[in-house]
Amino acid sequence: MSVLLEAIDLEIERGGRCLIDGLRLEVAEGDLVYVQGVNGSGKTTLLRVLAGLSRFSHAGTVRRFVDCLYLGHQSAVKTLLSPRENLLLHASGESFGGTDAVDTALKEVGLYGYEDVPASRLSAGQQRRVNLARLFLSARPLWLLDEPFTAIDSDGIGVLEQQLARHVRGGGAVVMTSHQPLQRVAASKTVILGDHNAARQPGTVVGLSDAP
Amino acid sequence: MNREPRPQQPTSLAPVFARLCMRQVLLRARRPVEVFQPFLFFALVILLFPLGLGPAPERLAVFAPAILWITALLANLLGIEGLFRQDLEDGTLDQLLSAPQSLYFLLLPHLLAQWIVSGVVLAVCSPLFAYGLSMSSGGAWVLVGSLLLGSGAMTILGALGAALTVGLRRGGMLVSLLVTPLYVPILIFGTGAVDAALEGRDAQPVLALLGGILAAGIALGPLAISAALRISVEN
Repeated sequence: MSVLLEAIDLEIERGGRCLIDGLRLEVAEGDLVYVQGVNGSGKTTLLRVLAGLSRFSHAGTVRRFVDCLYLGHQSAVKTLLSPRENLLLHASGESFGGTDAVDTALKEVGLYGYEDVPASRLSAGQQRRVNLARLFLSARPLWLLDEPFTAIDSDGIGVLEQQLARHVRGGGAVVMTSHQPLQRVAASKTVILGDHNAARQPGTVVGLSDAP
Repeated sequence: MNREPRPQQPTSLAPVFARLCMRQVLLRARRPVEVFQPFLFFALVILLFPLGLGPAPERLAVFAPAILWITALLANLLGIEGLFRQDLEDGTLDQLLSAPQSLYFLLLPHLLAQWIVSGVVLAVCSPLFAYGLSMSSGGAWVLVGSLLLGSGAMTILGALGAALTVGLRRGGMLVSLLVTPLYVPILIFGTGAVDAALEGRDAQPVLALLGGILAAGIALGPLAISAALRISVEN
Protein backbone atom coordinates (compact mmCIF):
# COMPACT_ATOMS: atom_id res chain seq x y z
CA MET A 1 0.00 0.00 0.00
CA SER A 2 1.47 3.28 -0.99
CA VAL A 3 0.82 6.68 0.43
CA LEU A 4 -1.30 9.06 -1.63
CA LEU A 5 -1.32 12.05 0.69
CA GLU A 6 0.41 13.04 3.85
CA ALA A 7 0.05 15.96 6.17
CA ILE A 8 2.70 16.53 8.78
CA ASP A 9 2.30 18.80 11.78
CA LEU A 10 -0.47 20.71 10.14
CA GLU A 11 -1.53 23.86 11.95
CA ILE A 12 -4.37 25.95 10.63
CA GLU A 13 -5.59 29.23 12.06
CA ARG A 14 -8.51 31.25 10.82
CA GLY A 15 -9.81 34.52 12.15
CA GLY A 16 -7.55 34.38 15.16
CA ARG A 17 -8.74 30.96 16.21
CA CYS A 18 -6.62 27.90 15.96
CA LEU A 19 -8.67 25.30 14.12
CA ILE A 20 -6.17 22.53 13.77
CA ASP A 21 -3.11 22.11 15.88
CA GLY A 22 -0.53 19.55 14.91
CA LEU A 23 -2.53 17.18 12.74
CA ARG A 24 -0.59 14.26 11.36
CA LEU A 25 -2.45 12.39 8.68
CA GLU A 26 -1.37 9.76 6.22
CA VAL A 27 -3.79 8.64 3.55
CA ALA A 28 -2.86 5.41 1.81
CA GLU A 29 -4.50 3.30 -0.85
CA GLY A 30 -7.74 1.89 0.44
CA ASP A 31 -8.22 4.54 3.12
CA LEU A 32 -11.49 6.27 3.76
CA VAL A 33 -10.86 9.15 6.11
CA TYR A 34 -13.93 10.62 7.72
CA VAL A 35 -13.54 14.16 9.03
CA GLN A 36 -15.98 14.97 11.79
CA GLY A 37 -16.74 18.21 13.53
CA VAL A 38 -19.43 20.76 14.23
CA ASN A 39 -20.05 23.78 11.99
CA GLY A 40 -17.08 26.09 12.06
CA SER A 41 -14.67 23.49 13.31
CA GLY A 42 -12.54 23.74 10.17
CA LYS A 43 -13.59 20.78 8.05
CA THR A 44 -13.82 22.73 4.82
CA THR A 45 -10.61 24.59 5.60
CA LEU A 46 -8.81 21.32 6.23
CA LEU A 47 -10.00 19.86 2.94
CA ARG A 48 -9.01 22.97 1.01
CA VAL A 49 -5.55 22.82 2.54
CA LEU A 50 -5.25 19.13 1.66
CA ALA A 51 -6.39 19.89 -1.91
CA GLY A 52 -3.76 22.61 -2.29
CA LEU A 53 -6.37 25.33 -2.72
CA SER A 54 -5.23 27.03 0.43
CA ARG A 55 -1.47 27.22 0.26
CA PHE A 56 -0.14 30.09 2.23
CA SER A 57 -1.93 30.38 5.51
CA HIS A 58 -1.04 27.21 7.31
CA ALA A 59 1.99 25.75 8.97
CA GLY A 60 3.29 22.28 8.36
CA THR A 61 3.64 20.18 5.25
CA VAL A 62 1.05 18.76 2.91
CA ARG A 63 2.24 16.43 0.21
CA ARG A 64 0.06 14.95 -2.48
CA PHE A 65 1.67 12.16 -4.46
CA VAL A 66 -1.19 11.71 -6.90
CA ASP A 67 -3.80 13.81 -8.69
CA CYS A 68 -6.71 14.65 -6.49
CA LEU A 69 -10.36 15.24 -7.20
CA TYR A 70 -11.79 17.99 -5.03
CA LEU A 71 -15.53 18.45 -4.66
CA GLY A 72 -16.40 21.53 -2.66
CA HIS A 73 -19.61 23.20 -1.60
CA GLN A 74 -19.98 24.85 -4.98
CA SER A 75 -20.84 22.40 -7.68
CA ALA A 76 -18.85 24.01 -10.54
CA VAL A 77 -21.86 23.28 -12.74
CA LYS A 78 -22.52 25.94 -15.38
CA THR A 79 -26.24 26.49 -15.73
CA LEU A 80 -25.81 27.48 -19.38
CA LEU A 81 -24.61 23.98 -20.24
CA SER A 82 -26.48 20.70 -20.10
CA PRO A 83 -25.40 18.02 -17.62
CA ARG A 84 -23.74 16.11 -20.46
CA GLU A 85 -21.82 19.18 -21.63
CA ASN A 86 -20.86 20.02 -18.08
CA LEU A 87 -19.13 16.67 -17.75
CA LEU A 88 -17.75 16.26 -21.27
CA LEU A 89 -16.23 19.73 -21.05
CA HIS A 90 -15.58 19.74 -17.35
CA ALA A 91 -14.30 22.85 -15.58
CA SER A 92 -11.09 21.05 -14.67
CA GLY A 93 -10.50 19.93 -18.26
CA GLU A 94 -10.41 16.35 -17.02
CA SER A 95 -11.25 13.68 -19.57
CA PHE A 96 -14.19 11.45 -18.79
CA GLY A 97 -14.18 9.33 -21.92
CA GLY A 98 -16.91 9.77 -24.47
CA THR A 99 -20.56 10.56 -24.40
CA ASP A 100 -21.49 6.99 -23.55
CA ALA A 101 -19.43 6.95 -20.39
CA VAL A 102 -20.88 10.29 -19.32
CA ASP A 103 -24.46 9.17 -19.99
CA THR A 104 -23.90 5.99 -17.97
CA ALA A 105 -22.59 8.04 -15.06
CA LEU A 106 -25.55 10.42 -15.27
CA LYS A 107 -27.83 7.40 -15.15
CA GLU A 108 -26.02 6.18 -12.03
CA VAL A 109 -26.75 9.43 -10.22
CA GLY A 110 -30.38 9.38 -11.32
CA LEU A 111 -30.28 12.00 -14.06
CA TYR A 112 -31.48 9.70 -16.82
CA GLY A 113 -33.53 11.78 -19.23
CA TYR A 114 -31.95 15.05 -18.08
CA GLU A 115 -28.74 14.74 -20.10
CA ASP A 116 -29.67 17.50 -22.53
CA VAL A 117 -31.73 19.78 -20.31
CA PRO A 118 -29.98 23.08 -19.50
CA ALA A 119 -28.66 22.79 -15.97
CA SER A 120 -30.49 25.99 -15.07
CA ARG A 121 -33.71 23.95 -15.15
CA LEU A 122 -32.41 21.38 -12.67
CA SER A 123 -33.05 21.56 -8.94
CA ALA A 124 -30.25 22.23 -6.45
CA GLY A 125 -30.01 18.54 -5.66
CA GLN A 126 -29.91 17.60 -9.31
CA GLN A 127 -27.15 20.11 -9.99
CA ARG A 128 -25.14 18.58 -7.20
CA ARG A 129 -25.77 15.18 -8.73
CA VAL A 130 -24.25 16.38 -12.01
CA ASN A 131 -21.12 17.18 -10.09
CA LEU A 132 -21.21 13.90 -8.18
CA ALA A 133 -21.39 11.98 -11.46
CA ARG A 134 -17.66 12.69 -11.62
CA LEU A 135 -17.21 10.05 -8.95
CA PHE A 136 -18.30 7.49 -11.52
CA LEU A 137 -15.97 8.84 -14.20
CA SER A 138 -12.78 10.22 -12.75
CA ALA A 139 -9.54 8.27 -12.84
CA ARG A 140 -7.98 10.40 -10.13
CA PRO A 141 -7.05 8.19 -7.20
CA LEU A 142 -7.45 10.61 -4.31
CA TRP A 143 -10.87 12.08 -3.61
CA LEU A 144 -11.37 15.04 -1.29
CA LEU A 145 -15.10 15.43 -0.79
CA ASP A 146 -16.56 18.28 1.20
CA GLU A 147 -20.10 17.38 2.29
CA PRO A 148 -20.88 15.32 -0.79
CA PHE A 149 -24.28 14.28 0.55
CA THR A 150 -25.73 17.77 1.00
CA ALA A 151 -29.09 18.09 -0.79
CA ILE A 152 -29.01 14.43 -1.86
CA ASP A 153 -31.90 12.13 -0.96
CA SER A 154 -31.33 8.92 0.96
CA ASP A 155 -31.41 6.64 -2.08
CA GLY A 156 -28.82 8.85 -3.73
CA ILE A 157 -26.64 8.70 -0.65
CA GLY A 158 -26.82 4.91 -0.79
CA VAL A 159 -25.57 4.87 -4.39
CA LEU A 160 -22.78 7.29 -3.54
CA GLU A 161 -21.66 5.31 -0.51
CA GLN A 162 -21.45 2.20 -2.65
CA GLN A 163 -19.33 4.08 -5.15
CA LEU A 164 -17.03 5.29 -2.36
CA ALA A 165 -16.65 1.70 -1.20
CA ARG A 166 -15.85 0.58 -4.75
CA HIS A 167 -13.26 3.32 -5.16
CA VAL A 168 -11.56 2.46 -1.90
CA ARG A 169 -11.54 -1.25 -2.74
CA GLY A 170 -9.97 -0.46 -6.09
CA GLY A 171 -6.94 1.12 -4.46
CA GLY A 172 -8.16 4.70 -4.29
CA ALA A 173 -8.55 6.81 -1.20
CA VAL A 174 -11.20 9.20 0.07
CA VAL A 175 -11.08 12.03 2.56
CA MET A 176 -14.56 13.31 3.24
CA THR A 177 -16.64 15.41 5.56
CA SER A 178 -20.29 14.82 6.27
CA HIS A 179 -22.91 15.48 8.87
CA GLN A 180 -24.65 12.20 8.16
CA PRO A 181 -23.00 9.10 9.58
CA LEU A 182 -21.79 6.67 6.96
CA GLN A 183 -24.04 3.66 6.72
CA ARG A 184 -22.94 1.38 3.93
CA VAL A 185 -19.22 1.92 4.11
CA ALA A 186 -16.85 2.04 7.05
CA ALA A 187 -14.26 4.73 7.59
CA SER A 188 -10.75 3.43 8.10
CA LYS A 189 -9.69 6.60 9.90
CA THR A 190 -11.67 9.33 11.62
CA VAL A 191 -10.44 12.85 12.23
CA ILE A 192 -12.47 14.62 14.87
CA LEU A 193 -12.02 18.36 14.90
CA GLY A 194 -12.45 20.29 18.11
CA ASP A 195 -15.56 22.28 18.93
CA HIS A 196 -14.38 25.86 19.18
CA ASN A 197 -17.77 27.20 20.04
CA ALA A 198 -17.95 25.20 23.22
CA ALA A 199 -15.74 25.80 26.19
CA ARG A 200 -13.64 22.81 25.38
CA GLN A 201 -9.89 23.03 24.93
CA PRO A 202 -9.77 25.16 21.81
CA GLY A 203 -8.04 24.25 18.65
CA THR A 204 -6.92 20.72 19.04
CA VAL A 205 -7.59 17.68 16.98
CA VAL A 206 -9.57 15.72 19.50
CA GLY A 207 -8.98 12.35 18.02
CA LEU A 208 -7.52 10.48 15.12
CA SER A 209 -8.61 6.92 15.31
CA ASP A 210 -7.55 3.97 13.21
CA ALA A 211 -10.30 1.46 12.72
CA PRO A 212 -9.15 -2.15 12.91
CA MET B 1 3.54 -0.11 5.06
CA ASN B 2 5.44 0.79 1.95
CA ARG B 3 5.99 4.51 2.07
CA GLU B 4 6.81 4.84 -1.60
CA PRO B 5 4.62 7.37 -3.34
CA ARG B 6 2.45 5.82 -5.98
CA PRO B 7 3.81 6.18 -9.50
CA GLN B 8 1.66 8.24 -11.76
CA GLN B 9 1.24 8.64 -15.48
CA PRO B 10 1.81 12.14 -16.74
CA THR B 11 -1.35 13.83 -17.91
CA SER B 12 -1.28 15.23 -21.39
CA LEU B 13 -2.05 18.87 -21.87
CA ALA B 14 -3.34 19.27 -25.42
CA PRO B 15 -6.72 17.49 -25.02
CA VAL B 16 -7.32 19.30 -21.72
CA PHE B 17 -6.61 22.60 -23.42
CA ALA B 18 -8.93 21.70 -26.30
CA ARG B 19 -11.77 20.79 -23.94
CA LEU B 20 -11.41 24.03 -21.98
CA CYS B 21 -11.42 26.06 -25.22
CA MET B 22 -14.54 24.26 -26.39
CA ARG B 23 -16.12 24.98 -23.03
CA GLN B 24 -15.41 28.69 -23.41
CA VAL B 25 -16.87 28.68 -26.90
CA LEU B 26 -20.07 26.99 -25.74
CA LEU B 27 -20.43 29.23 -22.69
CA ARG B 28 -19.98 32.37 -24.77
CA ALA B 29 -22.23 31.10 -27.53
CA ARG B 30 -25.06 30.54 -25.06
CA ARG B 31 -24.91 34.21 -24.02
CA PRO B 32 -24.74 36.09 -27.33
CA VAL B 33 -25.72 39.35 -25.64
CA GLU B 34 -22.54 39.30 -23.58
CA VAL B 35 -20.48 38.46 -26.63
CA PHE B 36 -21.71 41.54 -28.48
CA GLN B 37 -21.63 43.86 -25.48
CA PRO B 38 -18.10 45.25 -26.01
CA PHE B 39 -18.80 45.72 -29.71
CA LEU B 40 -22.08 47.52 -29.06
CA PHE B 41 -20.39 49.76 -26.52
CA PHE B 42 -17.60 50.50 -29.02
CA ALA B 43 -20.06 51.31 -31.79
CA LEU B 44 -22.32 53.47 -29.61
CA VAL B 45 -19.55 55.58 -28.09
CA ILE B 46 -17.88 56.18 -31.44
CA LEU B 47 -21.20 57.23 -32.95
CA LEU B 48 -21.53 59.83 -30.20
CA PHE B 49 -18.34 61.66 -31.16
CA PRO B 50 -19.60 63.17 -34.44
CA LEU B 51 -22.55 64.47 -32.45
CA GLY B 52 -20.35 66.08 -29.83
CA LEU B 53 -17.50 67.31 -32.03
CA GLY B 54 -19.66 68.31 -34.97
CA PRO B 55 -19.72 66.55 -38.30
CA ALA B 56 -16.86 68.49 -39.94
CA PRO B 57 -14.74 65.70 -41.51
CA GLU B 58 -11.37 67.42 -41.11
CA ARG B 59 -12.00 67.93 -37.39
CA LEU B 60 -13.09 64.32 -36.83
CA ALA B 61 -10.17 62.99 -38.83
CA VAL B 62 -7.68 64.67 -36.48
CA PHE B 63 -9.12 62.95 -33.44
CA ALA B 64 -10.07 59.65 -35.09
CA PRO B 65 -7.09 57.54 -33.96
CA ALA B 66 -7.46 58.71 -30.37
CA ILE B 67 -11.24 58.24 -30.40
CA LEU B 68 -10.98 54.70 -31.75
CA TRP B 69 -8.20 53.71 -29.39
CA ILE B 70 -9.67 55.20 -26.21
CA THR B 71 -13.05 53.66 -26.96
CA ALA B 72 -11.44 50.27 -27.55
CA LEU B 73 -9.61 50.66 -24.23
CA LEU B 74 -12.85 51.44 -22.39
CA ALA B 75 -14.64 48.55 -24.10
CA ASN B 76 -11.88 46.26 -22.90
CA LEU B 77 -12.13 47.60 -19.37
CA LEU B 78 -15.89 47.19 -19.38
CA GLY B 79 -15.96 43.41 -19.50
CA ILE B 80 -12.69 42.48 -17.86
CA GLU B 81 -13.71 43.07 -14.27
CA GLY B 82 -16.09 40.12 -14.16
CA LEU B 83 -13.79 37.73 -15.98
CA PHE B 84 -13.32 35.38 -13.03
CA ARG B 85 -16.19 36.44 -10.77
CA GLN B 86 -18.72 33.79 -11.78
CA ASP B 87 -16.08 31.11 -11.89
CA LEU B 88 -15.13 31.91 -8.32
CA GLU B 89 -18.73 31.83 -7.17
CA ASP B 90 -19.72 28.58 -8.82
CA GLY B 91 -16.57 26.67 -7.92
CA THR B 92 -15.04 26.52 -11.39
CA LEU B 93 -11.89 28.22 -10.14
CA ASP B 94 -11.48 25.61 -7.42
CA GLN B 95 -11.56 22.94 -10.10
CA LEU B 96 -9.00 24.75 -12.25
CA LEU B 97 -6.71 25.40 -9.34
CA SER B 98 -6.82 21.82 -8.08
CA ALA B 99 -6.20 20.35 -11.54
CA PRO B 100 -2.84 18.63 -11.99
CA GLN B 101 -1.92 20.59 -15.13
CA SER B 102 -0.12 23.88 -15.06
CA LEU B 103 -2.49 26.72 -14.35
CA TYR B 104 -0.66 28.75 -16.98
CA PHE B 105 -2.19 26.69 -19.77
CA LEU B 106 -5.54 26.19 -18.09
CA LEU B 107 -6.03 29.97 -17.99
CA LEU B 108 -5.21 30.59 -21.63
CA PRO B 109 -8.69 29.61 -22.93
CA HIS B 110 -10.23 32.19 -20.59
CA LEU B 111 -7.89 34.90 -21.82
CA LEU B 112 -8.23 33.90 -25.43
CA ALA B 113 -12.02 34.01 -25.32
CA GLN B 114 -11.98 37.39 -23.60
CA TRP B 115 -9.47 38.77 -26.09
CA ILE B 116 -11.54 37.65 -29.08
CA VAL B 117 -14.76 39.13 -27.70
CA SER B 118 -13.34 42.42 -26.46
CA GLY B 119 -10.44 42.92 -28.83
CA VAL B 120 -10.34 40.97 -32.06
CA VAL B 121 -13.91 41.77 -33.02
CA LEU B 122 -13.35 45.48 -32.42
CA ALA B 123 -10.04 45.49 -34.25
CA VAL B 124 -11.50 43.78 -37.29
CA CYS B 125 -14.45 46.18 -37.45
CA SER B 126 -12.42 49.30 -36.65
CA PRO B 127 -11.68 50.34 -40.29
CA LEU B 128 -15.41 50.71 -40.79
CA PHE B 129 -15.63 53.13 -37.88
CA ALA B 130 -12.42 54.84 -38.98
CA TYR B 131 -14.07 55.48 -42.33
CA GLY B 132 -17.10 56.83 -40.53
CA LEU B 133 -14.84 59.27 -38.66
CA SER B 134 -13.30 60.35 -41.99
CA MET B 135 -9.89 58.94 -41.10
CA SER B 136 -7.74 58.59 -44.20
CA SER B 137 -7.67 55.00 -45.36
CA GLY B 138 -3.86 54.91 -45.27
CA GLY B 139 -3.90 54.12 -41.58
CA ALA B 140 -6.47 51.36 -41.68
CA TRP B 141 -4.12 48.37 -41.60
CA VAL B 142 -1.95 49.87 -38.89
CA LEU B 143 -5.12 50.61 -36.92
CA VAL B 144 -6.21 46.98 -37.13
CA GLY B 145 -2.74 45.71 -36.27
CA SER B 146 -2.22 48.05 -33.34
CA LEU B 147 -5.66 47.25 -31.93
CA LEU B 148 -5.05 43.50 -32.26
CA LEU B 149 -1.71 43.65 -30.45
CA GLY B 150 -2.79 46.26 -27.95
CA SER B 151 -6.07 44.61 -27.00
CA GLY B 152 -4.21 41.34 -26.36
CA ALA B 153 -1.87 43.09 -23.96
CA MET B 154 -4.75 44.98 -22.33
CA THR B 155 -6.71 41.77 -21.85
CA ILE B 156 -3.79 40.15 -20.02
CA LEU B 157 -3.20 43.18 -17.79
CA GLY B 158 -6.92 43.54 -17.14
CA ALA B 159 -7.22 39.86 -16.29
CA LEU B 160 -4.46 40.34 -13.74
CA GLY B 161 -6.47 43.13 -12.12
CA ALA B 162 -9.60 40.99 -12.24
CA ALA B 163 -7.77 38.06 -10.64
CA LEU B 164 -6.43 40.23 -7.83
CA THR B 165 -9.84 41.66 -6.98
CA VAL B 166 -12.10 38.69 -7.69
CA GLY B 167 -12.43 37.89 -4.01
CA LEU B 168 -13.63 41.39 -3.14
CA ARG B 169 -17.30 42.15 -3.16
CA ARG B 170 -17.08 45.42 -5.05
CA GLY B 171 -13.98 45.12 -7.14
CA GLY B 172 -15.29 46.94 -10.21
CA MET B 173 -13.94 50.41 -9.60
CA LEU B 174 -10.77 49.04 -8.09
CA VAL B 175 -9.92 47.10 -11.23
CA SER B 176 -10.22 50.26 -13.31
CA LEU B 177 -7.97 52.14 -10.91
CA LEU B 178 -5.41 49.34 -10.84
CA VAL B 179 -5.34 48.65 -14.52
CA THR B 180 -5.82 51.98 -16.30
CA PRO B 181 -2.31 53.26 -15.50
CA LEU B 182 -0.92 50.05 -16.96
CA TYR B 183 -2.95 50.60 -20.13
CA VAL B 184 -1.36 54.02 -20.68
CA PRO B 185 1.79 52.90 -22.52
CA ILE B 186 -0.30 50.65 -24.76
CA LEU B 187 -2.60 53.55 -25.58
CA ILE B 188 0.30 55.86 -26.34
CA PHE B 189 2.02 53.36 -28.62
CA GLY B 190 -1.28 52.41 -30.23
CA THR B 191 -2.35 55.91 -31.20
CA GLY B 192 1.29 56.70 -32.01
CA ALA B 193 1.41 53.91 -34.56
CA VAL B 194 -1.77 55.04 -36.26
CA ASP B 195 -0.67 58.68 -36.30
CA ALA B 196 2.66 57.69 -37.79
CA ALA B 197 0.94 55.78 -40.56
CA LEU B 198 -1.39 58.69 -41.26
CA GLU B 199 1.53 61.10 -41.49
CA GLY B 200 3.33 58.79 -43.87
CA ARG B 201 6.02 57.78 -41.38
CA ASP B 202 7.04 54.20 -40.71
CA ALA B 203 4.68 52.66 -38.14
CA GLN B 204 6.56 49.41 -37.82
CA PRO B 205 8.86 50.32 -34.90
CA VAL B 206 5.89 51.33 -32.80
CA LEU B 207 3.95 48.21 -33.76
CA ALA B 208 7.02 46.19 -32.82
CA LEU B 209 7.00 47.80 -29.39
CA LEU B 210 3.34 46.87 -28.98
CA GLY B 211 4.16 43.35 -30.10
CA GLY B 212 6.93 43.23 -27.54
CA ILE B 213 4.53 44.25 -24.77
CA LEU B 214 2.12 41.55 -25.90
CA ALA B 215 4.85 38.90 -26.08
CA ALA B 216 6.01 39.74 -22.57
CA GLY B 217 2.38 39.66 -21.44
CA ILE B 218 1.79 36.22 -22.92
CA ALA B 219 4.97 34.87 -21.36
CA LEU B 220 4.59 36.37 -17.88
CA GLY B 221 0.94 37.41 -17.58
CA PRO B 222 -0.63 34.01 -16.98
CA LEU B 223 1.98 33.30 -14.30
CA ALA B 224 1.03 36.48 -12.45
CA ILE B 225 -2.68 35.80 -12.97
CA SER B 226 -2.22 32.27 -11.59
CA ALA B 227 -0.55 33.61 -8.48
CA ALA B 228 -3.23 36.28 -8.06
CA LEU B 229 -5.99 33.70 -8.35
CA ARG B 230 -4.31 31.46 -5.80
CA ILE B 231 -4.26 34.35 -3.37
CA SER B 232 -7.90 35.17 -4.14
CA VAL B 233 -9.24 31.67 -3.43
CA GLU B 234 -7.10 31.32 -0.33
CA ASN B 235 -8.97 31.13 2.96
